[in-house]
Amino acid sequence: MKPKHQRLVLISGALMGFGLASFFILTSLRDNLVFFYTPSELQQKYIHREKRIRVGGIVKPRSVKREGETARFFLTDQKNTLKVIYSGILPDLFREGQGIVAEGYLQDPTLFRAEIVLAKHDETYMPKEVADRLKRE
Amino acid sequence: MSYTRLLFLRFKGRRKLLPSWHTLARPRVFFKLAKAVLPLTFTLTGLLFAIGLYLGLVASPADYQQGEAVRIMYVHVPASWMALLVYGFLTLMSFFALIWRHPLAEIFAISAVPIGMVFTSLSLLTGALWGKPMWGTFWEWDARLTSVFILFLLYGFYWILYKTYSRRIASYCALVGAINLPIVKGSVEWWNTLHQSASVMKFGAPSLHSTMLPPLLFMAGAYFFYFIGVFILRARTELRRRKVFSQRHCERSEATQSSGLPGSLRSLAMTKKSIS
Repeated sequence: MKPKHQRLVLISGALMGFGLASFFILTSLRDNLVFFYTPSELQQKYIHREKRIRVGGIVKPRSVKREGETARFFLTDQKNTLKVIYSGILPDLFREGQGIVAEGYLQDPTLFRAEIVLAKHDETYMPKEVADRLKRE
Repeated sequence: MSYTRLLFLRFKGRRKLLPSWHTLARPRVFFKLAKAVLPLTFTLTGLLFAIGLYLGLVASPADYQQGEAVRIMYVHVPASWMALLVYGFLTLMSFFALIWRHPLAEIFAISAVPIGMVFTSLSLLTGALWGKPMWGTFWEWDARLTSVFILFLLYGFYWILYKTYSRRIASYCALVGAINLPIVKGSVEWWNTLHQSASVMKFGAPSLHSTMLPPLLFMAGAYFFYFIGVFILRARTELRRRKVFSQRHCERSEATQSSGLPGSLRSLAMTKKSIS
């Protein structure tokens, strides 16, 4: 075997090993890499009320109530729902049926006090006229 | 004569006609190719940028949710694609440099790095500008944003190692860093992220309306040819620079030898200092 081929085998082998190792590390870190929990995931987890977490889901249609600066709404992932209280300015994309991520503290298993609300945008892009036409159909 | 033998002979005969892989990796061939390709590349870049920017910024419709802010996508998405593509190229070149020890591979690698860095920073910057009005924040440490930031750092690591420490170590680092590429791509699928998942680069039909696809593709083409053009310029400059340095080095070592000084030592010190 020429030195060139030795290097080829060694480096390719090392890279494959490294790739496999990182795959295992990432799979085991899966829980710590999530940006937010869904309401269903929160049901199965114990989270201390002073731990800052993020919850993501869809704003349940016809559930938003505003009183001055404070907004109350239900966050759902189509299986479980969570009540969210937030006071502050909501992002432009915030509306009923929109995906959002709220950051704050879980007061009890059904109530979440949010300090930051971020709107999540999905991967669908279309002109307004097309969206209107789709809505009408 | 059997059929396989005939094939083999034909293959052998053709090998002399077609340039082999190694011929293409010769500097002189590269110079010739560069001279022929450069004007075409830059014309294409200009043309595609003109069409892409016109379609993206003026002619295409506003989005039903994002409004006019959707136009940031036409700058942001192709920049991110190119950031990944250029890192892929860097990985390939580092692989060639480590296994075949071909000096041209290292020159190609270092020539691509700053361009890749520019694409990555453009992606991060336009992403932040889009994120503020849409998400409500410039930056969040979610898996996609963090992995692209790491991509930026990896380019920087390569540059620093190459320029100050060792080209070989830099190549090893580039190979190790390539693991980040599938992570950037997969981050939005594997984990819950704030960043949306892919609209175009996925299986099935794009979740992008057909009026929004052409400007995106024109911009991607413009970025691609921009990369090719600037890359060729940078690689050519680097090759010429090395030529000048090695010529100077020869002249100097001849001079020191004639003056009776230990020439080999002097010239070694000089090359270390001058070629960086």
